Amino acid sequence: MKHQNSFVHDTGSLSKLTIHQLADRYANGALTCDGLLHDLSAAIRSRDRDQRQIRAYINFDSIRPIRREVPKASKLWGIPIAVKDNLCVAGEETTCGSKILKGFISPYHATVVEKLLNAGAVIFGRTNQDEFAFGSSCETSCYGPTRNPRDPERVPGGSSGGSAACVADHTAIAALGSDTGGSIRQPASFCGVVGMKPTYGRVSRYGLIAFASSLDQIGPITKDVRDNALFLNVIAGHDPKDSTSADVPVPDYSDFLGRSIQGMRIGIAAPVQTPILENAVKVLKSLGAKVEALSLPHIAYAVSVYYIVAPAEASSNLARFDGVRFGFRDKSAPSLLEMYEHTRGQGFGAEAKRRIILGTYSLSSGYYDAYYLHAMKVRTKIKNDFDAAFKKVDAILSPTAPSPAFKLGEKAASPLEMYLSDIYTIPANLAGVPALSVPGGTDHSTGGKDLPLGLQFIGKPFDEGTLYQLAYAFEQATDYHKRLGNVC
Amino acid sequence: MLTTVGLEVHVQLDSKTKIFCGCRIQFGGAPNSRTCPVCLGLPGALPVLNRRVFDLGLRAVLALSGTISKKIKFDRKNYYYPDLPKGYQISQWDCPLGRGGFVELDSGKKIRLNRAHLEEDAGKLIHDQSPDTSLVDLNRAGTPLLEIVTEPDLENPAEAYEYLSHLKTILKAVGVSECDMEKGQLRCDANVSVRNAASDPLGKRVEIKNLNSFKAVKAALEFEVTRQTEAFEKGVALTQETRLWDDKLQKTFSMRSKEEANDYRYFPEPDLVPFTVSEEEIKTARAEFSKWELPRQKKERFAKQYGLSDYDACLLSGQDDVALFFEETVKLSKNAKAAANWIIGPVFAYLGSKGVTLNQTKLTANHLSKIYQLVEKGRMSFQAAKDNVFAEVIANGLDPETVMKEKHLEQVSEDGALIEWIAEVMQANPKVVDDFRSGKPSAAQFLVGQVMKKSKGKANPGKAKDLLLIKLKEI
Amino acid sequence: MGSLDLRHIARLSRLHLTDAEIKFFETQVAQILSFVDQLKAVDVEGVEPTSHPLSLCNVFREDEIKPSILLEEFLKNAPRAKGPFFEVPKIIESHS
Repeated sequence: MKHQNSFVHDTGSLSKLTIHQLADRYANGALTCDGLLHDLSAAIRSRDRDQRQIRAYINFDSIRPIRREVPKASKLWGIPIAVKDNLCVAGEETTCGSKILKGFISPYHATVVEKLLNAGAVIFGRTNQDEFAFGSSCETSCYGPTRNPRDPERVPGGSSGGSAACVADHTAIAALGSDTGGSIRQPASFCGVVGMKPTYGRVSRYGLIAFASSLDQIGPITKDVRDNALFLNVIAGHDPKDSTSADVPVPDYSDFLGRSIQGMRIGIAAPVQTPILENAVKVLKSLGAKVEALSLPHIAYAVSVYYIVAPAEASSNLARFDGVRFGFRDKSAPSLLEMYEHTRGQGFGAEAKRRIILGTYSLSSGYYDAYYLHAMKVRTKIKNDFDAAFKKVDAILSPTAPSPAFKLGEKAASPLEMYLSDIYTIPANLAGVPALSVPGGTDHSTGGKDLPLGLQFIGKPFDEGTLYQLAYAFEQATDYHKRLGNVC
Repeated sequence: MLTTVGLEVHVQLDSKTKIFCGCRIQFGGAPNSRTCPVCLGLPGALPVLNRRVFDLGLRAVLALSGTISKKIKFDRKNYYYPDLPKGYQISQWDCPLGRGGFVELDSGKKIRLNRAHLEEDAGKLIHDQSPDTSLVDLNRAGTPLLEIVTEPDLENPAEAYEYLSHLKTILKAVGVSECDMEKGQLRCDANVSVRNAASDPLGKRVEIKNLNSFKAVKAALEFEVTRQTEAFEKGVALTQETRLWDDKLQKTFSMRSKEEANDYRYFPEPDLVPFTVSEEEIKTARAEFSKWELPRQKKERFAKQYGLSDYDACLLSGQDDVALFFEETVKLSKNAKAAANWIIGPVFAYLGSKGVTLNQTKLTANHLSKIYQLVEKGRMSFQAAKDNVFAEVIANGLDPETVMKEKHLEQVSEDGALIEWIAEVMQANPKVVDDFRSGKPSAAQFLVGQVMKKSKGKANPGKAKDLLLIKLKEI
Repeated sequence: MGSLDLRHIARLSRLHLTDAEIKFFETQVAQILSFVDQLKAVDVEGVEPTSHPLSLCNVFREDEIKPSILLEEFLKNAPRAKGPFFEVPKIIESHS
C-alpha cells in the first residue's frame, strides 16, 4: 500500500472515526491504510506527550504495524486494532503486564490475532492491563497504571484498562480485551465505550495467556455497538486448537442491528435501582420492550464463588512461569528450589502473589472439598438461576459496575473492596453467558466531571445477536456514545 | 511372613503424535526438536486430546477385561519440576478411563486391576553433562501414557514378574503398545509390604522406583522383601517411603526425603472437556481388537488346532515371534507335532544357550521345516540333523539340504552299500552273530549300531536293520 | 475452616515471601477467606459441581503430525540454555 500524499486530513482526526466509518472511506477511495496508520501514530505520540499521562499502550514508542496481504474486500481491511498484552503475537514481546514475562517473544499468534490478520486488520500496539488480568483498575501492571481519559485522576477500570482507555481516548479505533470477571465490561463502563464478553466457547482462547481457564473469554472493545458486532463476527467461531471452543454457527451480527425490540422481554435482577437503570428501563419500554422483575437468588454468592474458582485455576495456570524456558529468572539462585522461589517471588507482583496463595490454599489437601468443590457446586446453582431466568426473558439488564471510575489508589489498600467492584459482571462469567456493556449515561454525583456509566445486557448462551439488537436500539434512542465524543 | 505387592505400570501408547499436540513421537532425536507451544507449556497454548490415544486406551481397558467409566475427565496434578513444563501434569484423578479388569497368571490366579488412566509423560533431565547444572530435554514431554494399577494381589516377586510378562503380551497382542522397555515404553513402580499373618493389617508400604526391566522388578522386590522381613524380625520399625532401585549395586536406597509431603492439588483440567463412550463405541472397539488374538485365546487355539498339550501350547503361544514362526512352519510342513518338538527342543535350547530371541537368529520357518522333512523322508538321521545340520542353519542361515550334502550326512538306503557294510560287520563280529543265531535277538541291536558306526552315521538305521535280519537268518 | 499456614502455602506455590509479605498477605487472605465463608450457607446437597460452563464433551484432534517449533529461534527465550537444552541449577537426585 502506497501512502497517497495527495490525501489531506487533520492530524488525529481519522483516529476519531469508527470501524464502519473508516470502511466507508476505504470503499469510496477517500482513505489509504498508510494514511490512517500515520494519523493514528501521530495521535498516540501527541497523547504520550500530554500532561494527562494516560499510558494506554505499553509500547507507545515502538509500535510497528503487523498485517497480511489479503483482498481489500475483507471485513476489517486496513483497520488498526490494539491488542491487550495477554494475547500472543508472534515475534512480539508478550508480557501480560508482568515482570516475570519480560523478554518473552511469542513464537506464535493467538487464534484471534490470526483471524484479525486474515480479515485484513492491522495489529497496532499492545495495551496495558492489570498483571495477568488480576485487577479491576489497571494499577497492578509492571508498567505502571493507565489513567482514565475521561478523568486522569481516575482509573480506567480493569483488567483491560489499556484497551478501553485507548478506544475512549481516540488513540485506537478498536481494541481486543479479555474478560474473566468483568475485565472487558467494567473498563468499558468506566471509559464510556462498548465492550462485549462473548459466550464461553464463542471465541477461541488459544494464545490468550490464561488467568482462569473456565471463565476467560476474549472480546471486542469499540466506540459503538455496530463496530462491536462487526468485530465479534471476525473473531468468533470454532477453533480446533481450543478444546473448549464451541462448534456453533456464528450469525451475521450486523443483521441484528436496527431490528425492532418491540415485545422483547427484559429481566431486571438488580437489588438497587440506580438512576441509570431507571432511565434505561424507560427508554427500552418506550421502544416496546417488556421489562419485568426477576429472581436470581444465588448471584449474591457470585463474588465468593469467583474468588475461590478463579484464583484456584490461576494458581495452576501461573505454575508455568518458573524461569526455566522463557521470561525472567533469578540467575543468582544457587539451587533449583531457590531458583523457583526467587524467580517467582521477584517476578510476580503483590496481586498475583495474593491470588496464587489464595488459589493454592483452596486446592490444598484438606481444604479442597470445603472451598473449591463447594464453590463449584454453588456455581451450578448460579448457572441454574440463569437457565431458569432465560426461560422467561430474552435478556437481563443491570448496571455494569456499582460505581463510576474511582480514583487511583482509592481501593488499592483493600483487595476485598476492589473485588466487589465486579459484583455485576462476575455472574456472567460463572454461567458462561454473553454480556455486553454500553454507555448508559453519566454520573454527576462525584462532582466535577461527568463520568460515564455502563449498562449491561446479559444474554442466553450463543445469543450475542440479541444483545446487539437491544444495545443498538438503546444506543440509537439515546446519544450517550456521541455525547462522550466516541463518534463524530 | 506374607508379602503384598502392587504394581503401577506406565505403558506408552502407540500413536504417531503426542497426547495433546501434533509433535511427532520418536525415540531419540535432537534434544527439544520435537516440541511446540503446547508441549513446551508456553503461555496461551492449549491441549487437545489425540483421538488415537483415547481409542488405544479404550482398547487396552477392554483387552484387560476392565470397565470403561461412564464419565471420563482429566485433572491437573500440580507440582514443580523442570521436566514438567506447565507446572502440572495432565492426568486423571477421580474419573479415569477404565476401572477393574484382571490379568490371569498361568496358575489360573487372577491379578485384579484397580484402574487404568491416561496421562502425559514428562521430559528428560540430564545430570551428567555439566558440573553445576542439569539440562532439560522436552522431546518426551507429552508422550501418551496409560497407567495401569493393580490391586495388592501379588504375593511374591515371581508373581510380579509373571504378571508383567502377561500384561506385556496382552498389550502387544492388541496393538496398544510396543512395550519396548529399552525405549522406556513400559515402566514400572512397585509397592511392597510384609506382615506376619493374613489377619494382620498391611505393613508399611514402600514404593520402589527406577525399575527399568522385568528382571529389575523381580530383583528389587526380592531385595526389599528380605530387607523388610529382616527389619520386621529384628523389631526395627519400617517407614512408609519411596526407595530407588540401583541396578548396579542390586539394592534399594531410601530417596532423600523431599522438603515437604507432596500435595498435588488435583482439580478438573478446565482446558479439556469431559469424555463419554457410548455402548456403540465400546462395541466398535471390541470388534477392532477381536481381530487381534489375546494370548489365552491363542494358547487354547494352538492346543485344539494342533493337538498340542496345554504345556506345549503355552510355550509356543507365549511369545509373538515364536507363535508366528510355529504356525508358519506348520503351514509349510503340515506336521505340527514335528514343528512343536523341534521348536520346544533344539530351537529353545539354542536360544537359551545364546541368550537371544528367535527374531535375532537366522532361522526361517522354511529351513526348519526342511530339516525335519529330510529326517521324515529318511534322507538324514534325526541325530545328524540335530547335532550337525541344525546348528549351521540357525547360526548362519544356510539351506539344510546344502549343509547335509556338504557334510556328507545323507543317509544311505541303497541295498548294495548297506549289504557291504553288513557283511563287513558280520565278519568282524562272529561271536555276536552266533549269539543271535543261538536265540539272543538283542544281539541284532549291537550289530545295527556297528553298521551305523561303520557308515559314519549315514546308513538308514531302519533299512539297515531290516537287511541285517535277513542276512542273519540266511544261513 | 482451619488455620492458614502461609509459609506452607508459599512453599507449595514456590513463592519466596519476605516476613513483611507473609504478615501482609496473612491478614488480607484471612479477610477474603472469611468473606467467602458466606458460601457455607448455601445448601448444595445433591448438586453436581460445575467445572465448565459449557456442556461440550468428546473434543478430539486426529493423530496427525504438525510441525514442531524452530528451536534455535525459540531458545533465545531461554534465560539459560546450553546447546539445544534448557539449563537449570544442578538437581541432586542422590540417595542417602
